[in-house]
Amino acid sequence: MIEIRNLTRLYNGIAVVDDVSLTVKTGELVVLVGTSGSGKTTLLRMINRLIEPSSGQVLIEGADTATLPAHLLRRRIGYAIQGHGLFPHWTVAQNIATVPRLLGWPRPQIDARVDELLALFQLDPAQFRNRMPHRLSGGQAQRVGVARALAAKPDLLLMDEPFGALDPLIRAKAQADLRDIQRRLGTTLILVTHDMTEAVDLGDRIAVMDGGQLVQYAPPARILTDPATPFVRDLIGTGDRALRLLSLTPVSDVAAPGRAEGPPIPAEASLRDALAECLWSGRDALPVAGGGVITLDTLRALARPR
Amino acid sequence: MTGRWMMAIAGMVLAAFLVAPDRFAPLFQPLTRNGAPAIYQQTSILSLTLSHLGIVTVAVLASTVAGLVLAILVTRRSGREFLPLARTVTAVGQTLPPVAVLALAVPVMGFGTGPTLVALFLYGMLPVFENALAGLTGQSPQVAEAARGMGLTPVQRLWQIDLPLALPLLLAGMRLTAVISLGTATIGSTVAARTLGEVIIAGLLSANTAFVVQGGLVVGILAVLIHHGFQALERRARLRTGLD
Repeated sequence: MIEIRNLTRLYNGIAVVDDVSLTVKTGELVVLVGTSGSGKTTLLRMINRLIEPSSGQVLIEGADTATLPAHLLRRRIGYAIQGHGLFPHWTVAQNIATVPRLLGWPRPQIDARVDELLALFQLDPAQFRNRMPHRLSGGQAQRVGVARALAAKPDLLLMDEPFGALDPLIRAKAQADLRDIQRRLGTTLILVTHDMTEAVDLGDRIAVMDGGQLVQYAPPARILTDPATPFVRDLIGTGDRALRLLSLTPVSDVAAPGRAEGPPIPAEASLRDALAECLWSGRDALPVAGGGVITLDTLRALARPR
Repeated sequence: MTGRWMMAIAGMVLAAFLVAPDRFAPLFQPLTRNGAPAIYQQTSILSLTLSHLGIVTVAVLASTVAGLVLAILVTRRSGREFLPLARTVTAVGQTLPPVAVLALAVPVMGFGTGPTLVALFLYGMLPVFENALAGLTGQSPQVAEAARGMGLTPVQRLWQIDLPLALPLLLAGMRLTAVISLGTATIGSTVAARTLGEVIIAGLLSANTAFVVQGGLVVGILAVLIHHGFQALERRARLRTGLD
């Protein structure tokens, strides 16, 4: 569990992060979202003390992070940034091995870990282990950057706009992969973005920052249906919030007993996919693979604030 | 590729001349008058060349160590305020004419190699310092951020990230310093340092153009060879750091 208590950072007497408190549960994916200058990146960088707080505390599993030397703290926390920041003079394997090497892991263990991570990120170890970073595509470099952040099995991973430099197609895939890997490893993840869609797609909870203050901290559905301030409402944009709300729930969660005609929809598809399929195929109800149906009436009811 | 062949040929001609200069006498004969010798005989040109190279090597290494250490110090958090001062000092070192440095150093250090080393050291510091500075400060902010975020200590960042990435530029600085020093070292012979300047000065004193030309040619070919050698090293370093 990560507890952020009354964290403040002043620059020339002006608070860039102003008395922010929030708690992140173990295994949760929390997205910090806000416009540029909202203090979200500063908040993130205070967690691994790349920026020292002016006041307040960060506690990881109850231990105050200020009590550790900063470089030792950082070796326990994974960190991935926009544009990956891979060391250009080291191979992919050397890059991934950075923190395990600093921690003094034995050589065979490091090598095994590098191969394990490359495989996890769908990069063939034999092909990529000895490649230099400038010979990677943007998507590959991004994956290596995240693999490097995860190398020493940190309990906490911080990511600063990790998908910012990727084109939309690769970005969607990278987001899905990250979500999948994060669930599988059970890593607590705090991610910064300015993209509300990304926040809604990825976050278990979303922390909205504005002018250095935390204005709302809630699950995505709550943010969409009940924005705390006009700023949050502007940030989510009201045009397609019904569709975004539907995108949060998988079909299997609301399938009701019954029968319907036509090809079934996969149980893990979102309600948004179900609605699109209803409209596209002209049906009022869809059978769900593995049993049950989903009807337009159900969708209609769920697309409104509850 | 042609460049490499030219270098190989130049190197072989130079080696042949240094080993047996007398065989080249017919080439230099037309430059002499009144039956003067065509090849410098007082001292072996080979030993003068080795001594010349030795002085230049020591001076370049000293300039490199000093310039690099200075550049490292002024790019640390605690040394940043000394950057303007360091820039001024190295620039003054470059503007002082080496001849003036010799004249000032001889009364203190006496005749010989010492004053020459001092003059070359001061004269060669600026390129190394400025290039090391550019190499240490010019890297991508993401790389620096990642290095800090991974938990490298400041010393580890310097040795593992900053210096390796600055190496190509540092080598370029050493190349400039080496080439400049190679030419400048010749004036050391005016204060009795053993350099190829001895051949040139002897030629000037006895109005023997052959001596001047052979001294100049040896220095010139050495400079071109060293220039190319450093460039090859820089290319390799750049490839290794993924800059090319």
